[in-house]
Amino acid sequence: MTDLLLEWTIKIAVILGALLTAVAYAVLLERRIMAFIQLRRGPNRVGPFGLLQPAADGLKLIFKEDIIPSQASKLLYVIAPTFLLIPSLMIFIVIPFGSEIVLFGRKIALQVTHFDVGLLYVLALGSVSVYGIALAGWSSNNKYSLMGGLRASAQMISYELALGLSVIGILIQSGSLDLVEIVRSQGGWNGLQWNVFVSQPLGFLIFFIAALAEANRTPFDLPEADSELVAGYHTEYSSMKFVMFQMGEYCNLIAAAAISTTLFWGGWMGPGVEAYPALSLVYFTAKVFVFVFVFIWIRFTLPRFRYDQLMRFGWRVLLPLAILNIIITATVKLLVS
Amino acid sequence: MEKTLFIIFAVVSVAAALNILLQRNPLHSALSLVGTLITLSALYVMLRAQFIAAIQIIVYAGAIMVLFVFVIMLLNAPKEASYIEKHKALRFLAIPLAGLLIAEAFYVIRLVKPIEMPAADDSAQAVGTTFSVGTKLFTDYLLPFEVTSVLILMAIVGAMVLARRGED
Repeated sequence: MTDLLLEWTIKIAVILGALLTAVAYAVLLERRIMAFIQLRRGPNRVGPFGLLQPAADGLKLIFKEDIIPSQASKLLYVIAPTFLLIPSLMIFIVIPFGSEIVLFGRKIALQVTHFDVGLLYVLALGSVSVYGIALAGWSSNNKYSLMGGLRASAQMISYELALGLSVIGILIQSGSLDLVEIVRSQGGWNGLQWNVFVSQPLGFLIFFIAALAEANRTPFDLPEADSELVAGYHTEYSSMKFVMFQMGEYCNLIAAAAISTTLFWGGWMGPGVEAYPALSLVYFTAKVFVFVFVFIWIRFTLPRFRYDQLMRFGWRVLLPLAILNIIITATVKLLVS
Repeated sequence: MEKTLFIIFAVVSVAAALNILLQRNPLHSALSLVGTLITLSALYVMLRAQFIAAIQIIVYAGAIMVLFVFVIMLLNAPKEASYIEKHKALRFLAIPLAGLLIAEAFYVIRLVKPIEMPAADDSAQAVGTTFSVGTKLFTDYLLPFEVTSVLILMAIVGAMVLARRGED
């Protein structure tokens, strides 16, 4: 028991460290890619290629004045950022980063833990993280913040349905809710039999769009549409509370990339992982990186939806398509077996 | 370890449940209810009912309570004197009713027999996993399951009819 606890603690510490570093550099990556797309140079002064920029930004934000509006609902205003950040961090304990590697004479599985309802756990955390945004909007007592919070709750409820239904195809395909099992079921064809190639291209498309909306990324970033709502739900936040919102959003972005990879793009599977288990970690990281890049690319390419378009698209296009995907997958599965 | 965790979650759960009643602000009450639901789900996990625990969070904490919070935020309910304070007579009715409720609670507690916990089992067929819940649901309990879904569908249609009445 103590052995197991120690292993968990070490794994959680390693993942937390890696994740927070990744979040800091995702911000830099986003700014550099944005600059590249807009034909600018971007932040390149702090350290080589601007690599120390996250440290400079962090220091600056820590020393900013922490303001609590006098009319705010204080308790909720203070705890709202944690409601967004903690669920998005908790997602990472079930994500399989790689297969098993041998370290110090011990077989170590490259995920903190796995359980029977892993995928439901991820969906549950995704649905709880809306509280952070909604409460931040309400407790700030500012009309722009409130509008942002309301939009976020309505949007996340609408797109959660499509998100949940789009993964049912995966469940039919792999017969398990356990993320480790889902990855292992995609190991055929020399490690390339990924769900997206086999039967779920439509499911992936729906999942990807819904995940963009769940992570509040452009073209679905209406909760913080800066041209109409100043900064949306975090208008009143400053200093470290603002940082926590930023970290939560980038954690969600990386989580969306990691879940898409795990469910549809074979997770850590790839040619040669049987012989060299350490290669699985490389495959997983590379795939997640590609997804994060695509998310950023989309942000600076597409304009924002109008709010009624967003709602109509979620309910009238994505939801029926997701149901259609379930019917097709189930029928094909029944005919093949 | 398990006992410590149980005590922590049980205390938080009861405290949050009390807080639902004690708060004046409807939003704070709603959030306390979310707290109760989440700690209850943790207790379900300790009873090895992972599936129910996950569904509890997704359906109640993640969907229904988000809608509650949404409506409370949208209406931004003004802090007026509550119904009870306007109708003083109701206070005196509360005492016998509370007594009745407590008596009922004790009666039910006396009926409950200690149940046997399913043994710790990591296989996919163990009680409480998605596999066992699904198998039960689609074989032994198929009729109740289908009847419930029809009932819910009827409720949805009813809600649609009521909501659309004012339109034309």
